[in-house]
Amino acid sequence: MKKKDIILGLTIITVGLILMLMMKVYHHSEGNRIVIEVNGKKYGTYSLDENQEINVDTEYGHNVICIEAGKAYMKEADCPDGYCMRQGKISKKNQTIVCLPHKLVVEVNGEQHRTSKASDNENSASDIVPDAVVK
Amino acid sequence: MSKRIAYCAILITLAMIFSYVEVLIPVNFGIPGVKIGLANIVILIGLYVIKIREVLMISVIRIILSGVLFGNIMSIAYSMAGGMLSLVVMAIMKRCKGFSMNGVSIAGGVVHNIGQLIVAMLVIKNFRLVVYLPVLLIAGAVTGFLIGILSSGIVPAVEREMEKHTF
Repeated sequence: MKKKDIILGLTIITVGLILMLMMKVYHHSEGNRIVIEVNGKKYGTYSLDENQEINVDTEYGHNVICIEAGKAYMKEADCPDGYCMRQGKISKKNQTIVCLPHKLVVEVNGEQHRTSKASDNENSASDIVPDAVVK
Repeated sequence: MSKRIAYCAILITLAMIFSYVEVLIPVNFGIPGVKIGLANIVILIGLYVIKIREVLMISVIRIILSGVLFGNIMSIAYSMAGGMLSLVVMAIMKRCKGFSMNGVSIAGGVVHNIGQLIVAMLVIKNFRLVVYLPVLLIAGAVTGFLIGILSSGIVPAVEREMEKHTF
């Protein structure tokens, strides 16, 4: 163990901690909807205000995202590792849940205005119908 | 020559056993996907006792074989990106003055994670994954340090053995 080793290690850890802290601040405000993306394309936008279960069936696999009490989490997934189900609940802006094998990203979004399609569907939406499905 | 081949074969086997042990007993850091990377012990020691092209060969073969046995095509892609990037950086770091095996290993661990993150971002075409960077930086430094400690303990013994059986 040399001096430079310690400097290198501590520098990396410090940079990591500072970035983490910055992201904590960045993640501070609550979001009001989630955006689901599959393979880089938007799959749908869903309000965090209503409790719902979203079934996402794509060529990559099956995921169930659950919204409960303003928080979203991955309830079910048939991916090989199941990491997405262990990423906890998200509700703050820019927080994400990622299911790598299924190329799926759930991201909290806080913008007030919604796409016209989303608001159209919202009027008739029951608890399980998505706000918008854009493929 | 045949002895060199035998050594490489032994090291590949060892690296694969480490990969397997890691599948069996995942050391959980509380973060999905973060592993200690036991197979890197072999790569790191290899950097210090055998030629770089042999280490490269060992690394590539180990990644493909353990990917086929314990993973899938995607896990091979992730391991390959991480493995190759960390090998290059570790080889450069080793040439830099003032770093011991620990420093080399820390750099390797961190770059390994960055490589995998880049592949993940390309796979899902979402660059927001960068939010995982801070955690991966710290995890890479910690696991790299652990691997460095282990490897620097093992290297003297390997060197002693290799002197007995000169190539």
